[in-house]
Amino acid sequence: MVHGEAWTLKELFVYPNEYIYWTIQIVMYPFMTGLVAGAFVLSSLYHVFGVKKLEQIARFSLVFSFALLPVAMMPLLLHLQFPFRGIEVMMTPHFTSAIAAFGIVFTTYGMIVASELWFVYRAHFVTMAVHLREKPDKTGLERSLYVLYLALTLGAFDLSHEAREKDEKAVKVLAAAGIPVACFLHGYAGFIFGSVKANALWMTPLMPVIFICSAIVSGIALCILVYVITMELVRNLARRHGKVSEHNQAELRAAELEAVTMTTRYLLMFLVLAITLELLDLVFRGYTAVKSWDILRSVIYGKDFFNIFIVQYGLGNLVPLILLLLPRLTIRRAVASTILVLLGVFMMRWNVVIGGQAFSSSFAGFMHYHLPIWPHSMETFKEGLFGALFVAGTPFALFWGLTRIMPVIPHQSSD
Amino acid sequence: MKNHIWRPLLAALTLVGLILLLRLAFVPDDFGVHERGYMYGWHRKGNEAEWQAHPIKYKTDVYCKECHPRKIEELAKSLHAGIMCENCHGPALGHPEDPPTLTIDRSRSLCARCHSYLPYRSSARGQIRGINVKTHHPEADCVLCHYPHNPQPYRQRRQ
Amino acid sequence: MISRRAFCRNTLLILGGIALPLTALELFDPKRIEAYREDGAKVRWVFLVDTTRCTGCGFCVKACKIENDTPYDAEVSRTWVERYVITKAGETLIDSPHAARDGFLSPGIDQAERGIRGVDEEEIAKAFFVPKLCNQCDNPPCVQVCPVGATYQTADGVVLVDRKWCIGCGYCIMGCPYGVRFFHPVHRAAEKCNFCYHRISRGMKTACVDACPFGARKVGNILNQDDPVTKTIMTERVNVLKEEYGTKPQVFYLGLSREVK
Repeated sequence: MVHGEAWTLKELFVYPNEYIYWTIQIVMYPFMTGLVAGAFVLSSLYHVFGVKKLEQIARFSLVFSFALLPVAMMPLLLHLQFPFRGIEVMMTPHFTSAIAAFGIVFTTYGMIVASELWFVYRAHFVTMAVHLREKPDKTGLERSLYVLYLALTLGAFDLSHEAREKDEKAVKVLAAAGIPVACFLHGYAGFIFGSVKANALWMTPLMPVIFICSAIVSGIALCILVYVITMELVRNLARRHGKVSEHNQAELRAAELEAVTMTTRYLLMFLVLAITLELLDLVFRGYTAVKSWDILRSVIYGKDFFNIFIVQYGLGNLVPLILLLLPRLTIRRAVASTILVLLGVFMMRWNVVIGGQAFSSSFAGFMHYHLPIWPHSMETFKEGLFGALFVAGTPFALFWGLTRIMPVIPHQSSD
Repeated sequence: MKNHIWRPLLAALTLVGLILLLRLAFVPDDFGVHERGYMYGWHRKGNEAEWQAHPIKYKTDVYCKECHPRKIEELAKSLHAGIMCENCHGPALGHPEDPPTLTIDRSRSLCARCHSYLPYRSSARGQIRGINVKTHHPEADCVLCHYPHNPQPYRQRRQ
Repeated sequence: MISRRAFCRNTLLILGGIALPLTALELFDPKRIEAYREDGAKVRWVFLVDTTRCTGCGFCVKACKIENDTPYDAEVSRTWVERYVITKAGETLIDSPHAARDGFLSPGIDQAERGIRGVDEEEIAKAFFVPKLCNQCDNPPCVQVCPVGATYQTADGVVLVDRKWCIGCGYCIMGCPYGVRFFHPVHRAAEKCNFCYHRISRGMKTACVDACPFGARKVGNILNQDDPVTKTIMTERVNVLKEEYGTKPQVFYLGLSREVK
């Protein structure tokens, strides 16, 4: 079987060498980088624009953005025929290709987030390092932790007021500088598709902008969701150990709802923008009706009607829009909306990547994608459901690991 | 260092430096911008020679003629003049050293490529004398009655 | 109100900052791309397909597969032949069974999942065969999108793939409007027709040109005025595929009907 044959079904006339080459992992990649970019922009809303109420969620989303970063690389490594040659993108980049931007943009963005995290958590690292240094009998784990925290301080032990102020200023600068980089991180992903003149569905200058907007939407939605879930878990633990009084619980819940309500305003803004651009693209295509319109119309209004209009636009955009616009937002409604928004953004990636390969370049045939469910081989694992789940689950594992060193829950941190 | 805020930048620059060092070791010397510029000519020059050195399988009739001139002559005067020897006899490869003999493809499917009749008047295919492969003596090899090096129309053969 | 000094300083900074990325444009200087013709290049390979002569025998596909080590049973090929049957009712039926590696043995049109479409002789308005292969474009979009420089164009116009450098991302395959590229089932790198570069560089013809019994395929050097292929391209009515994409394909077709995709 040639690569692509296992999951492609052809109908009518498709060029002999055409198969669906870009599958679930190429859907996952922009989805994951979108979450990265969105989480970062949310965190920057606090640092740059000083929206005080977002402080806790800002810290949270910054760490989550960092946890998502290595995961963004995973779908690519699983997709490449030669994953170990992936480093060539950094060694001999061909910048006429949008994919070559990956090396530089990714590294730059990683360094910005890492630096920003360093400034946010430097005081914590120093405190932990000093505390562990003074401990007389350290266990094996404590010794390794000591070395880790010591390394993480980068030798900057000054915790004076001026030093901390410098930290805050640096965070502000990095958060501001990071916004265009985050936009570029996802804009270039949109450019990867939008610049392919050979694909009638992908080719549009709107693609980078649509991708950025939906990326921010997904990042904000994910952060709201994970924040609410984390707060819920923490509250349950505290209640079980009798640590927090009833009054404090109510206060915390109110603060949480306020943070969530504020954040959903931003979510709505970008959601409306994303929907507007996508509908604009569709209207233009139908209006101008160029050569590819016949086959595109049969894909968009025929084969993919359910995926596009029912799932993506209906469940993923319209329902959350209504839920969030209704007055007196509750946590429950916010959770439902964010889950649906994430579904909508995922379907948007699916409809672009898979939808773009649903028709042949001959414009005279169709290709059907059958996602491999059970992995029969390495290929059907990497490019199948289990590969996608592997990618989807890893950020949560990484996030958990990171929060051991960089705590995101207020009373857990040392300052 | 007086101002600790530059430390992350230093760490970042070290990382970039390491990548550049790695590049020196990893990238072949002949990799660069060649004749067609950066957009179309960014590659490892040595690869061109690698492709040029790919082994040749089909040697063409010029090669066959060296040892089989009469066969070539016979074919050249026949209706099958355009068909190269290796189409039916397989690629010459290292013949006569290896392989010492070439197989003769006597299958019906070989002849059917041109002679399974398709009613396409506007195409050269419609002008080739053909048969219905399923009904025309499906039990026999074509070469049982037809001589491929100088095929004659069936009616003439009977005479 | 900004001071004069601050204004001058900021202006210089901004101009300097803009000048830096502008230097990157040097990499994309179109004159450098054209330079190879002006520097006395002697060869630019082109291909000529005569669709009026093609009978759909598929000997070209078989020879190509053997010459270039594409597994015969694999459902991919560097070159293929398409059959077009246009009915009197105005329907265009197209197929290319297994890339025509065994030729076209049956009048039924292979429509993949939709099965075989039978066509009666009386229904047919016109029918013909169209061989296809890599166009070795002058503006190859596949080369443009390769992120690592694994695919490239030689000075004589052939687009090659460096099997040892290709990372297998598939961007070049998505970037080709003609659908000529695929992943080699054994080598796993991107693969496509390269005009049998190992043959033409030695003064031979491509395997498919040699194999064609009807002279439907020809390869030549457009920079050689005496080449019969060049003469045909210059003097007869030839066409190319999908000109609107701006790829400047170098495979020229005689008798290219409007239905051809």
